[in-house]
Amino acid sequence: MNQQVQRLAQGGRIDRSRPLDFTFNGQTYQGYHGDTLASALLANGVDIVNRSFKYSRPRGIVAAGAEEPNAVVQLGASEAAQVPNVRATQQALYAGLVARSTNGWPSVQKDLMGVVGKVGGKFMPPGFYYKTFMAPASMWMTYEKYIRKSAGLGRSPAEADPDIYDHRNGHCEVLVIGAGPSGLAAALAAARSGVRVILADEQEAMGGSLLDSRETLDGKPADQWVADVLEELSGLANVTLLPRTTANGYHDHNFVTLHERRTEHLADCAPRTAEGARQSRARLHRVRAGQVILATGAHERPLVYAGNDVPGNLLAGAVSTYIRRYGVVPGNKLVLSVSNDHAYRAALDWHDAGREVVAIVDAREAPDGDLVGEARERGIRVITGSAVIEAKGANRVSAARVARIDIDGFRVAGPVETLACDCVASSGGYSPVIHLASHTGARPTWNDGILGFVPTLVDGVHAAGGAHGIYALGEVLADGVAVGSQAAAATGGEAAEVALPASQAIAESPACALYQVPHEKPTLRAPKQFVDLQNDVTAAAIELATREGFESIEHVKRYTAMGFGTDQGKLGNINGMAIAARCLKRTIPEVGTTVFRPNYTPVTFGAIVGRHCGELFDPERYTALHQWHVENGAEFEDVGQWKRPWYYPRKQGGKLETMHEAVARECRAVREGVGILDASTLGKIDIQGPDAREFLARIYTNKWEKLAVGKCRYGLMCKDDGMVTDDGVTSCLADNHFVMTTTTGGAAAILEWLELWHQTEWPELDVTFTSVTDHWATMTVTGPKSRALLAELTDDIDLDRESFKFMDWREGTVAGVPARVFRISFTGELTFEINVQAHYAMHVWKALFEHGKKYQLTPYGTETMHVLRAEKGFIIVGQDTDGSVTPEDLGMQWCVGYDKPFSWIGKRALTRSDTARSDRKQLVGLRPKDPKVVLEEGAQIVFDPNHAIPMPMVGHVTSSYYSPTLDSGFALAVVKGGQQRMGESVYLPMADGSVHEAEITSTIFIDPKGERQHV
Amino acid sequence: MFQIYCPYCEELREEEEFHPKGQAHIVRPANPEACSDEEWGDYLFFRDNPRGIHHELWVHAVGCRKFFNVTRHTVSYAILETYKIGEQPSVTAEPAVSESTTSTDDVRQGVRA
Repeated sequence: MNQQVQRLAQGGRIDRSRPLDFTFNGQTYQGYHGDTLASALLANGVDIVNRSFKYSRPRGIVAAGAEEPNAVVQLGASEAAQVPNVRATQQALYAGLVARSTNGWPSVQKDLMGVVGKVGGKFMPPGFYYKTFMAPASMWMTYEKYIRKSAGLGRSPAEADPDIYDHRNGHCEVLVIGAGPSGLAAALAAARSGVRVILADEQEAMGGSLLDSRETLDGKPADQWVADVLEELSGLANVTLLPRTTANGYHDHNFVTLHERRTEHLADCAPRTAEGARQSRARLHRVRAGQVILATGAHERPLVYAGNDVPGNLLAGAVSTYIRRYGVVPGNKLVLSVSNDHAYRAALDWHDAGREVVAIVDAREAPDGDLVGEARERGIRVITGSAVIEAKGANRVSAARVARIDIDGFRVAGPVETLACDCVASSGGYSPVIHLASHTGARPTWNDGILGFVPTLVDGVHAAGGAHGIYALGEVLADGVAVGSQAAAATGGEAAEVALPASQAIAESPACALYQVPHEKPTLRAPKQFVDLQNDVTAAAIELATREGFESIEHVKRYTAMGFGTDQGKLGNINGMAIAARCLKRTIPEVGTTVFRPNYTPVTFGAIVGRHCGELFDPERYTALHQWHVENGAEFEDVGQWKRPWYYPRKQGGKLETMHEAVARECRAVREGVGILDASTLGKIDIQGPDAREFLARIYTNKWEKLAVGKCRYGLMCKDDGMVTDDGVTSCLADNHFVMTTTTGGAAAILEWLELWHQTEWPELDVTFTSVTDHWATMTVTGPKSRALLAELTDDIDLDRESFKFMDWREGTVAGVPARVFRISFTGELTFEINVQAHYAMHVWKALFEHGKKYQLTPYGTETMHVLRAEKGFIIVGQDTDGSVTPEDLGMQWCVGYDKPFSWIGKRALTRSDTARSDRKQLVGLRPKDPKVVLEEGAQIVFDPNHAIPMPMVGHVTSSYYSPTLDSGFALAVVKGGQQRMGESVYLPMADGSVHEAEITSTIFIDPKGERQHV
Repeated sequence: MFQIYCPYCEELREEEEFHPKGQAHIVRPANPEACSDEEWGDYLFFRDNPRGIHHELWVHAVGCRKFFNVTRHTVSYAILETYKIGEQPSVTAEPAVSESTTSTDDVRQGVRA
């Protein structure tokens, strides 16, 4: 086992009595409880954690938090537990953790693709892969596969996730995001005012910068104040503390999604609780907050200099964090390159750790703040007016090249001194974390005073502390209290006292604006100066983009891919904008900023999905007869959320029927004997009121004024553009009482459609609508023997063909229970639709089968239903229509009441010039010349198959089946002017080059006079 | 996700309970047959797409099933009022922008693009 060579003997918030073994790239290491994976890797002297995306260069850990671009790892000991895209800086170490680099093939140490980096090499411009591997175009897919493989972005597990995830709705008056000094102060102020407070923080421990601060509060280490505040907050009933919880998205109306990682600090699969219960691995909190306080702090900006990606280049603040929080010094000899005072603490911490600070290189001419003075007092060499212009080294920094620079002239202004070192830390200032504020759509504004963008805030959102550029600890705390009190007061909180702890006054000299450091060579020829480490975007690439004419920062971003990584350019974006501004000779506010979008850091699909997966993915609706269908071997089809029997395959000679065989048998049973369908899913709307009849007349195309009690009528419904939107049978139960049926899939939408017209246009009509779809079970008994069968089960309904006519309905009892029986037909055969209350359905259904044995009563499913109805030319709205088909296009003028007094919905549109054209696509039947052919649904139709390509397409097949009765394929189709082309041939060219010929026929293939339903 | 005040339920509810139904106050001509094709086409197909104040029809689909109107700002997505069918909006113009503050439009330009 390797030693923790970079671990300090003491210090840090780690527990040296709790060593933890873990594996990285197959090698076993040891860290301590309290480590992150990143701090443990640094403690073990692991320099290379990944290979870069484009150039395959070795990369090391740069940061200590969410902004880390390089140390993105694949986690998980087993296949099922694989998680890609985890930042090692945010992953708590646990015993047995297994991590791998996501990039680097075959390994991060020996990388073959590094050769490509060298070939493309000196200069691999934006668009390199496209420009180089583009020809021949057909090969791009092949190139891309291998390039992607070698680049790699982690991988998803090949096995099912063993864990569960959940969602929770949250409500509070004040949501505080970030538990650093400003967030804690704000939460304390809000909590004491009595309102409900949620405090969310993405780190393992709350406290933010105070956990590694050199400063004291009330004369004590700052983390003591953190502990005191957390103790008070955790004791308050109105406060919810959510550690390890990232606010990932800020959505409309103060709706914030929080991603809580509940067990990811314990193991790669959620462990059971002490009681043996499962617990969710992650939880998505959907919080609707009265007021939101963004206390998200700031990210340090690295300087952009040559070789700034070699392992051993770190952020100055990260150096302090690793030393003070984790007891790890990420090197032995430090050169620190800065543009501001605050970053000096990295050198002081390094010095405290007993390691050598080679030099602090400060871009300013005369820095004189307190921290600068302290460094000088310790004898640390401070080189002013200068910067590290280049870091040397292959797999680890070996030296820093330092020179005097002229910032305004963007040039090196003096001789270069080479300083031997193994770590270069840099700080180019601080960028407020404005991501969440950007999610609201508000563009941030540039603040020259702090050299950074500050958030623009919409109503109900506040920023506190570093998030809007307030950095001095005393001011941060005061700001937090003020903002917390303000937010609480806005939501009805009472004024509360919060005494601020005494903080040290630290004099700081002003920072200077430095982003890209000039090199002796011009940017395009200098060694690579990286802006976006995750996407391998260099300063040269940005300069080239501006030279190629990309002036908008959004275009520069898309051309170079800057900020497109999973880190969303947290480190690089501002530097990139500054470089674009320099090249375009504009200011940063003139160039502007790109937009950050949710999510702030990657969220696993598990957390997004929560419990909405597997059988809870979407509700399933079952009819009252579902269990019978299951027991009788039905195959099911999804119709909307309904599970409908599709067909009932039987064992024939030891073999299960195919669908084709089953459907042929079911069709024959209906045409020759009797079949039964569970039609309970049909939408049913109960319509009552004195104006019900008038309402129907307005909403349907046909007439309703004379429909008598006991009668049924088929109706067509259009939208006001004249296009068919639904159809179904409506029955008159009483003069002011009707029941409407709708298509299975359209039930909810049609109810809403009826309500829309009633509520918004015709409120004067006295009518009400109630969905009764689930109340009634519908059993369609159909076939020449259906009357004989039903007669055995009812003694109070006269089934005689003369008294109970087609399109009548009767009330009575069937199998001893109250029923409504409708003589309507969707098969063309004699049909009785039996409706009973759903809880009686199984009894009636079973009674029908008991008596049906001697008639070989055959259950059939939706497939047979489709064949039977198509043979009769009965349309299915949504299959034979598509929202561009009028009743006239369907040849259903018989169902249009042109002379009704009220101009019903859709009527006026039928005379618009476009709807009145004679060459509209019209519904017709098609008989393939070869009866064995079943045309493809959706196949395009042409009149002349020898026409030059592109052929004019004149229609398409809407429904197509094999008819056992005809022993032939047949189809319904829409064809331009088709109703005037009966008997003509059309052609259907197929993808394989073959062409089918078919004859245009009537849509009615069987029993054109409709005699069979009257037997 | 929006939070919408249903003027019938008199409660703020989540957007998931509602369906948007397009522009509000589109009145069906009383005598369709008297409309020219162009007028009928305007009624059927042409809708406003303003940058700013927009009156919309919504329905509390899985709540009380009532249709109602919403005045919404299409840039900020702020809901400025909701009101019952048959009522008229009270917010019909952008509030005047004082000189010291930036208008919402400027701040958010291009954001939803």
